[in-house]
Amino acid sequence: MAEPIVDPTASDALFDPGEEMELNFGPQHPSTHGVLRLKLKVDGERILDCYPIIGYLHRGTEKLFELHPFFQNVPHTDRMDYVAAATNNLAYVGAVEKLVGLTVPPRARYIRTILAELQRISSHLLWLATHAIDIGAMTPFFYCFREREQVLDLFEQYCGARLTLNCMRPGGLPHDLPVGWTDTCRAFADKFPSKVDEYEELLTDNRIWKKRTVGIGVLAPDVAIDYGITGPMLRGSGVDWDLRKAMPYEAYGEVEFDVPLGKNGDTYDRYLVRMAEMRQANRIILQCLEKLPAGPIMAKRPRVLKSGKDTEAYHGIEGPKGEIGFYIVGDGTPNPYRCHVRAPSFINLQVVPELSRGMLIADLVAIVGTTDIVLGEVDR
Amino acid sequence: MLPEWHDAAGDPLAAALKEEFGEAIESARTLAGDLTLAVRRDAVAQVAAALKAKHRFTYLVDVCGADYPKRTPRFDVVYHLHSFEANRRIRLKVTTDEATPVPSVTGVWRVANWPEREVYDMYGVRFTGHPDMTRILLWEGFNGYPLRKDFPIEGIDTGAAIYPEYYTQTAGPVAGTGTGWKPAGTVKPTPPKPPAPAVAPKPAPEKEPAT
Repeated sequence: MAEPIVDPTASDALFDPGEEMELNFGPQHPSTHGVLRLKLKVDGERILDCYPIIGYLHRGTEKLFELHPFFQNVPHTDRMDYVAAATNNLAYVGAVEKLVGLTVPPRARYIRTILAELQRISSHLLWLATHAIDIGAMTPFFYCFREREQVLDLFEQYCGARLTLNCMRPGGLPHDLPVGWTDTCRAFADKFPSKVDEYEELLTDNRIWKKRTVGIGVLAPDVAIDYGITGPMLRGSGVDWDLRKAMPYEAYGEVEFDVPLGKNGDTYDRYLVRMAEMRQANRIILQCLEKLPAGPIMAKRPRVLKSGKDTEAYHGIEGPKGEIGFYIVGDGTPNPYRCHVRAPSFINLQVVPELSRGMLIADLVAIVGTTDIVLGEVDR
Repeated sequence: MLPEWHDAAGDPLAAALKEEFGEAIESARTLAGDLTLAVRRDAVAQVAAALKAKHRFTYLVDVCGADYPKRTPRFDVVYHLHSFEANRRIRLKVTTDEATPVPSVTGVWRVANWPEREVYDMYGVRFTGHPDMTRILLWEGFNGYPLRKDFPIEGIDTGAAIYPEYYTQTAGPVAGTGTGWKPAGTVKPTPPKPPAPAVAPKPAPEKEPAT
């Protein structure tokens, strides 16, 4: 277990033993990033215990999946992690392809990789903007949204939507890239590393930023694995585990990139990991644009996809927040019999009570921010 | 090409588990490269502990349920496990019914806590040895288990409407159409209102004779 920075039983100015209080943090609180409710037991400013209560955004997505054919379920996946729709689409169509045995043509694989990495950049930018504003840094918000807008413009040019993209289909893609898209994308990718430098200039050596993040929410590697944590949360603790490297899907086996790792597993290290991940994502995009093959964008497939009787498949990918996976059971009809989502936010949120015990309420805001949850995905 | 099931008795991991647990490993098959082990219900916690300790499956990816109403026992609980050393994924499957709880694996991997609560919330499958067996996404007192196949897609009248009379009168898809799903014994029938007692006109008080 991570050692709390301050011993909650020690007496100090903020701690007045004997005055325990129960406090509801959320569901309507700006720094819970949606409708998360945390039932806190506090003693002054010090958190003694924390119990998350979720489900305020539950929409029964898994039930809806069973109602629609494989193709029509893609828009449902957009609405789970609504700031990273492309990676949700990718995980879902990957699972369907595994279930019905489709092989995706190379051009579609490359374009999917580009879209997924653009989505990773936009998701991390939104995380940085909101995390910084939670902690009290206002300016990074404007900087991040400036670049995020350009990523959303790229999505809009590709598929017409900015957030709920619906940009993939089992077997390939709905459209080929529009004329001039690769040039716009390359222009963005060429400039983007200098923008990351700008954010880092504002925060990385900032004394207030470090005071708020260094040593806060320390997550030990073995605890992280025991809690099933994935994504930048896990890599911030120094565990070298990235599905893109370990079980390459799409075009990730054919491009070069590094997996950035943290050392101490605190909020600051997770910040550094995500910043480095944005640079790596940019690197992958540039390589994919360079190598982009010509050819079809859709596999040869029947008009109506049908699964085999009594079959099942699980496919997980490395989303911006961690491993997002779909477990689909087929029964020989065009609809999935059962479709379960392994949502990274849902699993990662479980560790928040562990991290926040003994911390201050202000640190809890930093911890919830660094966990990078989206409640649409937690509650589904 | 649709993937097909293959027997995996020759798989070293399946063979090792079969040797250790014998009958408790009911079958070992692969589909699209994923090993699927059907495990007897009462042995699942021991098999999980052995998989973690001996075979280094340190990471529990996910736990979820599935409902097959035509089969007995009707529910599946599905575990996805991952080993970092072998870079391998396997799937465990346990069958159960409404009345029989499944041993919890929260003692093996702490991550199992919330996913097992979700299985309970959605299917009504209970887990023994779980530290906090309560609903997670739906509210306490929700009547029914929504991912069961016999739960109607349009929902049920949970009685939680702010103006219940309004919803019963308008007879939308939620209530009053006969599709509402109410398991026997859990819903109290509303007793018919006793007819209002006929108000007997009060006998006019006798006027006191004017004096």
